[in-house]
Amino acid sequence: MANEAEILTGAEILVRCLEQEGVEFIFGYPGGSVLHIYDALFTRDHANKIQHILVRHEQGATHAADGYARATGKPGVVLVTSGPGATNAVTGIATAYMDSIPMVVITGQVPTTLIGNDAFQEVDSVGITRPCVKHNFLVNDVKNLAMTMKKAFYIATTGRPGPVVVDIPKDITAHKTLFAYPDSIELRSYKPVLSGHPGQIRKAAELILSAKRPVIYTGGGVVLSNATEELTQFTRLLRYPITQTLMGLGAYPATDKQFIGMLGMHGTYEANMAMHECDVLVAIGARFDDRVTGDVKKFCPHAKIIHIDIDPSSISKNVRVDIPIVGDVKHVLIDLTKEIRDSGRSPGEDALTQWWAQIHNWQEKHCLYYDRNSELIKPQAVIETLYELTGGDAFITSDVGQHQMWAAQFYKFDQPRRWINSGGLGTMGFGLPAAIGVKLAYPDRPVFCITGEASIQMCIQELSTCKQYDLPIKIICLNNRYMGMVRQWQEMFYDKRYSHSYMDALPDFVKLAESYGHLGRYITKPEAVRSALEEAMAIQDRLVFMDFITDPAENVFPMVAAGKGQHEMVLSPLSPQTPVERELA
Amino acid sequence: MRHTISVLLENEAGALSRVSGLFSARGYNIESLTVAPTEDPSLSRMTIVTYGSDEVIEQITKQLNKLVDVVKLLDLTEGAHIERELLLIKVNVNQPAVCDDLKRMTDIFRGRVIDVSDACYTIELTGTGDKLDAFIKAVNPKLIVETVRSGVSGIARGNRTLRT
Ligand SMILES: Cc1ncc(C[n+]2csc(CCOP(=O)(O)OP(=O)(O)O)c2C)c(N)n1
Repeated sequence: MANEAEILTGAEILVRCLEQEGVEFIFGYPGGSVLHIYDALFTRDHANKIQHILVRHEQGATHAADGYARATGKPGVVLVTSGPGATNAVTGIATAYMDSIPMVVITGQVPTTLIGNDAFQEVDSVGITRPCVKHNFLVNDVKNLAMTMKKAFYIATTGRPGPVVVDIPKDITAHKTLFAYPDSIELRSYKPVLSGHPGQIRKAAELILSAKRPVIYTGGGVVLSNATEELTQFTRLLRYPITQTLMGLGAYPATDKQFIGMLGMHGTYEANMAMHECDVLVAIGARFDDRVTGDVKKFCPHAKIIHIDIDPSSISKNVRVDIPIVGDVKHVLIDLTKEIRDSGRSPGEDALTQWWAQIHNWQEKHCLYYDRNSELIKPQAVIETLYELTGGDAFITSDVGQHQMWAAQFYKFDQPRRWINSGGLGTMGFGLPAAIGVKLAYPDRPVFCITGEASIQMCIQELSTCKQYDLPIKIICLNNRYMGMVRQWQEMFYDKRYSHSYMDALPDFVKLAESYGHLGRYITKPEAVRSALEEAMAIQDRLVFMDFITDPAENVFPMVAAGKGQHEMVLSPLSPQTPVERELA
Repeated sequence: MRHTISVLLENEAGALSRVSGLFSARGYNIESLTVAPTEDPSLSRMTIVTYGSDEVIEQITKQLNKLVDVVKLLDLTEGAHIERELLLIKVNVNQPAVCDDLKRMTDIFRGRVIDVSDACYTIELTGTGDKLDAFIKAVNPKLIVETVRSGVSGIARGNRTLRT
């Protein structure tokens, strides 16, 4: 037990618990049910280092905490009031849940005496959040509060991480008890595994070494497990091609020659073709999401599959695997690499050379080709230029849509936790508040939010938060006057019937940014892109909102249409032929 | 295939809704679900009867295990086991002939008459679901006033156990 034995109120205990957990920031918004807690924060303020960040909407609080967690690996903490405070937080909780982000969300609740009475601002927060949290608690006695907080942080941050909601009735925050915070905790019903089964690891090593057309396919689990180092060693040792999911980008350096690009719906031609043709697939911390697999019946038809994942329920959920290994990716990769090294064997040289030749042929397709001579600003060019200017070292948050895919395709992430986006839930409105969390964690690092004119309006109010805390985030709005991704689907699959995908009555973003006290820039010409970005980067102490007026007709390629196999990609009409195709033609 | 899964879970408020919520959210079938505290008051034991392909059953057990409140589970169907269900049935007995018939049948099925009024007998019967079905089928449907069944409770045979 920690060396504190004071009689405190529940509200004071809560604040002490957060201090004990080393929490730096609470992202929150006050209201009736959490007033005792806000008071405890106020009176404790001089003594502790926890900074409360007042957002402008509870969704913003959850995304900001989430962005902080993704960038740092530490749990994000949210504090909201009961009723509408809690319901506003739900989108952000679900976003974190889908991407396995550690977060502790404290929701106020009406007093225990009123629960179930349809009291003012009462909702069943535990019931509403149950399907989108790793776990949740309703605290019904102040004596359980400290232990519940300990459990919440433990559950959120261990195993497959995720958000945990702690619902605290108002009277509990006024009740008093002796405060003692446990140093450690054990739960009989929750024991995450770390190491993989040695027998499975041996079998996997055997299969990996016998591969002729191998592919390493990795996901967000590698980032969450902080296993970049181990993955890089493993991949370099084998010299196999590696592809990553949207969530996995940065876990292996994108500029390395073994990296063949992102896979999936908007993955590269070479990555998806390699998946389709491979004979051994090593899936690491990835979950065979439908945006990756396309039609599962056509998925990797020739492959034996090894799947390393900490969550047994991820294994064989969508795709049957041959060698499952349950364990923390980092631990398993260490053991697997050792097993391969100790075997003294190395991959078959000839087969591997042939396989790489095949992949290089696919790469000749230049599947990310776009028109560089256009009179209009091409969104891809903005991101390519940003990449050049930042040397690939910036933190990039994004919203959801075409701009998100272009950011993933054209910004080459060499490091993990730099690419912050909502992959699983695909939540528009994520980008700006997430950037707040990242910027607070790394005040001296460049943080860009790549967004669209539709997405940015979903949490635009957080510009005010940025002002209050002086957060010089750089916003890159790729403004195509459309919900571009929706328009693209309507163009391709609905005969160009653009039903409600046009953003009519857009605000003047420059003036809007200025009205919040920030700088705004309006960029319409391709030749002005570089200087606009350079200027924004040079302005270290102000938020700059760059409104890039881009080509409204641009589409994201390659594309695996829903229900298609991953090899059945639609490529840009501008994509050149591969040498083999040229020969055949 | 039909599977009977026994689950030990923390006897906490909300634990039951986590399990039932999991089944509805993921579209799994539930045929019956019973739950009660065990000799250790901090634990509940649940018996779930479900059906699905091998893949679905595998997912169900994994998803159940993933719930933080679930301590342990055992798929009883993987070995020899015993299943029992309780039936209470209220039958109209206003004619003496019916009365005798019903008593004889109750004996054959090893049930008991546990309540008698002018108009009705209430009979208690335990057994497998099939046996209870058979009994209900044997009673003239016009005379059945009310039935209630408990859902299945199960336990493995021999040394196989589900304990903490
Ligand atoms: C909250 C939410 N509502 C709806 C959607 C569906 N959706 C996906 S992309 C998209 C359009 C996004 O438009 P914009 O932000 O302008 O980006 P663009 O695709 O034009 O780059 C929509 C509506 C979503 N992902 N999230």
